[in-house]
Amino acid sequence: MRNPLRSEAEAFRFLLVVIGGAVVIAALAYANTWAGVAAAVLVVGGIAWWLMQEPVPGAAEPEPVLASATPAGTKRVLVVAPPGTKTVPAPDATEVVVVVPALASRVESLTGDVDDRRAEAERTAAALAAQLPNARGEVGADDPVLAVEDALRQFGADEIVVVGEDGIVDAIRERVAVPVSRA
Amino acid sequence: MASIAHVEHEHHGPPPAHFSSRISPGVLGMFLFIASEVMLFGSFFTAYFFVRVVNGTPWPTPPFHLPVYVAFINTCILVTSSFTVHWALQSIKRGNVWGLRAGLLLTFLMGLTFLVTQGREYSRVGFAPKDGAFATIFYCLTGLHGAHVFVGLSILLFMTVRAFRGHFSAEHHHGVEIGGIYWHFVDVMWIVVYLTVYIL
Repeated sequence: MRNPLRSEAEAFRFLLVVIGGAVVIAALAYANTWAGVAAAVLVVGGIAWWLMQEPVPGAAEPEPVLASATPAGTKRVLVVAPPGTKTVPAPDATEVVVVVPALASRVESLTGDVDDRRAEAERTAAALAAQLPNARGEVGADDPVLAVEDALRQFGADEIVVVGEDGIVDAIRERVAVPVSRA
Repeated sequence: MASIAHVEHEHHGPPPAHFSSRISPGVLGMFLFIASEVMLFGSFFTAYFFVRVVNGTPWPTPPFHLPVYVAFINTCILVTSSFTVHWALQSIKRGNVWGLRAGLLLTFLMGLTFLVTQGREYSRVGFAPKDGAFATIFYCLTGLHGAHVFVGLSILLFMTVRAFRGHFSAEHHHGVEIGGIYWHFVDVMWIVVYLTVYIL
């Protein structure tokens, strides 16, 4: 949905549309109040439909692929594992960052009821980090791809190891310019 | 985008802004603002529809009358002020400083006229907020919008003073842009309030 208040020019255009709709509503309400109410429903629906149809600037452009690097002499591997993962193979690295996305259902995300999910992710991250040398655990976003993006921006990595389905691995490969493998 | 480790070698000062929602902070802020305003006005409109539709309270409750004509003139004034603030912004984009100043001054004066007229309407309308649910909702809805106009006028005052001090140019006029967005929003909300309270 396009934000009608993105800029002054768009807000002014939105105002003009609203004025047009208001004239229609007022004219019909002058004849009959219920006709005005019906017109109001149609106008509000029409404006909502228009805003949904309007292309959002930049939305069609592909997201830039994330590159990453670490200081010389460091090989940092990012391990992405879902909550509940018991073990992961030890990667060949000087540093390991284990990121566990706090996976939550759509309802849980929308209602903010994610405390239990984050706690579970924290437990998994701590347990996996304890198994691996030079490792630390982090809790990531509720989307594995977004969790990887966040981790690359915050920590950087030379390689990504994903514990999970092929679909997630492919989705991460599309977003990053870092070698991605599946554990 | 480079990682933090990579950026450290090239970037001085605070690290670049990081956000994980994939929405830029400015857009997200505007969405949150719109959402909060929709909820605020929505709660008042809910009360309006409850009183009028569910409760079946006559609108306006006899023997009171709403000054529809005065409110229509006031609506025209407020709508016109949106055109003048748009003109002000277009002027400064072309480097026309006097167009900006005139546009903002006219907008401020029209906004002030709207607010003063609304105040006079309150003093002459013949009922007070305590006179039943109809009166309470009328004052709440128009008063809530009036509060937004007051905020908009405060912003416009700062914008106008800054314009006369030469703070804006064809390249730097972000303050006018943001104030203009708010003013248009206030205008749209008034049209909704006017249609709901006075016309329907």
